[in-house]
Amino acid sequence: MTPIFFAYFALVSVAAGVLTVALRNPVHCGIALLALLGHMAGLFVLLHAEFLAVVQIIIYAGAILILYLFVLMLLNLKTEERYFHRRYAWYIMGVGALTVELLLVLLASRYGGMKGPATTKAVEAVGNSTAIGILMFSDYLLPFEIVGVFLLGAIVGAIVLAKTPTPSEVRGGDR
Amino acid sequence: MVPIGAYVAVSAILFVTGLVGVLVRRNFIIVLMCVEIMLNGANLNLVAFAHHLDSLAGQIMSLFVIAIAAGEAAVGLAIIIVVFRGKIATNVDQINLLKW
Repeated sequence: MTPIFFAYFALVSVAAGVLTVALRNPVHCGIALLALLGHMAGLFVLLHAEFLAVVQIIIYAGAILILYLFVLMLLNLKTEERYFHRRYAWYIMGVGALTVELLLVLLASRYGGMKGPATTKAVEAVGNSTAIGILMFSDYLLPFEIVGVFLLGAIVGAIVLAKTPTPSEVRGGDR
Repeated sequence: MVPIGAYVAVSAILFVTGLVGVLVRRNFIIVLMCVEIMLNGANLNLVAFAHHLDSLAGQIMSLFVIAIAAGEAAVGLAIIIVVFRGKIATNVDQINLLKW
């Protein structure tokens, strides 16, 4: 049963990725990106990363994508005739050839490596969220705190950038 | 049982799709969406190897990648709003001045 689900999720996510790049209307691109994110969550479930799948749905599809759609509809972009760089279109063929080569190498690789302690059975005994939480607040505490500071900086930066300038600032500025 | 090579292949295809999108699209917002596709491909790679190697480190790194993607989207969209409000441009190839 798993290969069928994998084939479905993989095919739909790749198709949605291609549509995100190729569609003309930016809102349609956003909807295609939504399909991509949802099916990526399905792939995460197949890989026994249930917590990550939920985070993907809530944060990516629920917050980030809605932010994109808000900005798209706020700006009211016109659909353009020339929506591709024509000059760079030739590079796609080279990129395609490189991708085929890369896929041949990747599919033929053997993927050895040192196994860790968190086997699927061991993780399922305590639950995926519990295992991730314990690891994140013990071994990965410093990266967690750094990400918190990073997000604070991003919030402050976004507010400062997007704030409507007051008249005094416009007059006093050296524009 | 799906081999890990299949997952890695899907993630490579997604990454290349996002890369092509970043290179060929002109609309700034869509370029940011293509960056999201690339980040998703990287996430899938991390989670696939986390499953393959029986380690949770990949999943935790993937969570951090999602957090950084959220910050990138917020700041990038704020920059887009500023650029659009100044009636400069909405296409990446028209934004060629850093300070005006």
